[in-house]
Amino acid sequence: MKKFILSTIGSVGYIVKYGCVAHCMFEYVGDFVLCSGPSMEPTIVSDDILLTEHISVIRQRISRGDVIIAKCPTNPKQQICKRVIGLPGDKIKVGFASSQIVPIGHVWLQGDNAGNSTDSRNYGPVPQGLIRSRAICKVWPLKSISTLTE
Amino acid sequence: MKIPNFFKNIIFGIPIGITIIDCFGYVARVDGISMQPALNPDRTQTDYVFLNKWAVKSYQIQRGDIISLISPKDPAQKIIKRVVGVEGDIIATLGYKKEIVRVPEGHCWIEGDHTGHSMDSNNFGPVSVGLITAKASCIVWPPSRWQLIQSALPDSRVPLNLLSKSIIGLAQF
Repeated sequence: MKKFILSTIGSVGYIVKYGCVAHCMFEYVGDFVLCSGPSMEPTIVSDDILLTEHISVIRQRISRGDVIIAKCPTNPKQQICKRVIGLPGDKIKVGFASSQIVPIGHVWLQGDNAGNSTDSRNYGPVPQGLIRSRAICKVWPLKSISTLTE
Repeated sequence: MKIPNFFKNIIFGIPIGITIIDCFGYVARVDGISMQPALNPDRTQTDYVFLNKWAVKSYQIQRGDIISLISPKDPAQKIIKRVVGVEGDIIATLGYKKEIVRVPEGHCWIEGDHTGHSMDSNNFGPVSVGLITAKASCIVWPPSRWQLIQSALPDSRVPLNLLSKSIIGLAQF
């Protein structure tokens, strides 16, 4: 009986240890994201799986054209996948005549499928603090494996 | 045999520590005067607060809570402020470009207690709830200041929609 309890404690300890290592990997190095929705077509279609990395977000090395995963500004429990169009100081054209300058600490996000995407044109520039990770490549489905960085 | 074991413990100890900090919270020093008198009431002493991450896991924040969040102006900076309004509230602002603001969906209105000496929503507008990282739940240092932080909103800063409701309530009474 004593042996059984000891071995249970041992295996729980193993699970906790490797669980913590996995948490740190997914939180600070990289993870996989399942996308859904039409807003990034044709680059990313529904049910694609992306490999993303957190390092360039932590080091704040986000550049124009990157595909990023961010928390949705209007619903923090939801995540959005968009392309960075403008960095702080950039002038973005909204509508026909008006334009907007991206404020400091923010980015301008847009989906590739301009006609069917809820993005910065709806909720304005997004604070950089909401960005979670940067997409590197598509890993699923197998026939459309490709990198997303230039 | 002793030394490899020691390194093995370090290799596993760091991720365990980081995970505990990420899930439960950590102790942080409060800089600046923006939250006087609730935090740092005295210029000579700085308070250390316990930031509880577990409490904001599902982004359930209430008016009056003291929270820490990533500054919308500089993602590398964390600021500590009090929640004045949650989504849908109508706020009478203090020096924002609009006098009356309705807090949009998924946002909140945050202010420092030290009005006029604080970079808060009166400066940069409503902030997204997703920027919130933790709730300040108690002051842990210095020992003379040891206390739980009460969630309280000054009467003068109560959102207008709540005020009118209480006035209606009084009229019915």
